[in-house]
Amino acid sequence: MKKFRYSEITPEKIYNKRRSFIKSMGYGLSALTFSSVPLINAKANNLNEPTSYKDITTYNNFYEFGTGKGDPHRRAKNFTTRPWTVKIEGEVEKSIELPIEEILDIKSEERILKLRCVEGWSMVIPWLGFSLSELLNKVQIKSTAKFVEFETVYNPEEMVGQRYPVLNWPYIEGLRLDEAMHPLTTVVTGLYGKSLPNQNGAPLRIFIPWKYGFKSAKSIVKIRLTKNMPNTAWKNASPREYGFYSNVNPEVDHPRWSQATERVIGESILAPRIKTLMFNGYGDEVAHLYSGMDLKKNY
Amino acid sequence: MKNYFKPAVFLLSLWPIYIITYQLIYNKLGPEPVDRIVNHFGEWTLIFVLLTLSMTPLKKITNSLEWIKFRRMLGLFAFFYASVHMLSYVGLDYRFDFEPLIDDVLKKKFIFIGFSAWLLLIPLAITSSDKMVRILKKNWKKLHRLVYVISIFGVLHFIWLSKTIFFKPLIFLIILIILLLFRINLKKFNLS
Repeated sequence: MKKFRYSEITPEKIYNKRRSFIKSMGYGLSALTFSSVPLINAKANNLNEPTSYKDITTYNNFYEFGTGKGDPHRRAKNFTTRPWTVKIEGEVEKSIELPIEEILDIKSEERILKLRCVEGWSMVIPWLGFSLSELLNKVQIKSTAKFVEFETVYNPEEMVGQRYPVLNWPYIEGLRLDEAMHPLTTVVTGLYGKSLPNQNGAPLRIFIPWKYGFKSAKSIVKIRLTKNMPNTAWKNASPREYGFYSNVNPEVDHPRWSQATERVIGESILAPRIKTLMFNGYGDEVAHLYSGMDLKKNY
Repeated sequence: MKNYFKPAVFLLSLWPIYIITYQLIYNKLGPEPVDRIVNHFGEWTLIFVLLTLSMTPLKKITNSLEWIKFRRMLGLFAFFYASVHMLSYVGLDYRFDFEPLIDDVLKKKFIFIGFSAWLLLIPLAITSSDKMVRILKKNWKKLHRLVYVISIFGVLHFIWLSKTIFFKPLIFLIILIILLLFRINLKKFNLS
């Protein structure tokens, strides 16, 4: 396995110091502007220090490259991410196909968000990205559109996992339109101040911090506005286990994993599990999206 | 049989312990060390169950009785690793917090079946000595046929806890089926 040279990584201590500096500035600014600032780095209640770059980039669920956690890091090295285009189609007035360069030109900001995997572990990741709504605003969405579907690239030549029927390829994920337009729904272009590593979903992925990790599709080539609820990959594989919403919810148990607690990646062997929070700690921002809904039924 | 074979197999059977000790000392357990330890011993339990089940087929294939002499040791190692596996889950992962654990056993079928497999291993481990073989006579063989149930439970445990059967659970399942098919065929041969 490839080892990271120390110089390759932003030393996290410096990184974290820089963070707290920016944060302290941020608070000052938000007091002046109190507009969208509080949403960025929305404070999940048990947000810890960012997970190390090494853990974020070597411990991945990206079944297109294999089912082992280390597979994506080993096998995605030569994954082709250029040329790359993203199509926005479906219930729109005029579909468009954007070259990746154009999308990366949209101004990314740092968003330190918590990732909670359905398997019962979590990371804190300093992503680079912007709100998906900025991208969706490039098209005119028809009033018939109710959902947004994300499609991962199908490239079995390079994605060896796609040669086996582990899931119905290509990987499909989706959101309700209002979830997709929520400012916390992020188009991710990088992490730790660098461009997005292949194993984390280069060149472009989505990240929805209040939902289990598998909702956040990677290496996206198509964004489709639809009338009907998308037939998402894991729901398709096992509807009893994985719902369409898949909001982080400590009260709804998964048949395999307890969702009441989670392990924090990178912690020592003696560190205890921590309590999982409703909506992964982002309830203040997103709970209103589900008012009146029975989240035990709509898991 | 060379008289150093058994000690050699014993030392080799400690391989999973060497690995985990090395990884513990050199901090190579990875980002999720507890999970790593639990899974490591779980997988090795299954490997030892399957190894134990391989001895009889090997005996028939090679026409040599030598293999049977390792069966008990391998079986006891399976029980040992199953116990370490379960203890690391109970102790390291859940810190002996029994409330969520009992909940797990009752609610999650993969834990229920895994725990059952471990319980069933206990009588086999207790009755593994020569003395018990003599005391139980014919019943010993009947009792120890439980290992077939245990092996099926163990592999089901692995399949059910995995998000997908690809590939490790599938590999274990295929090997188990082959080993169990051997039993059916052998019986047919004996009858004819």
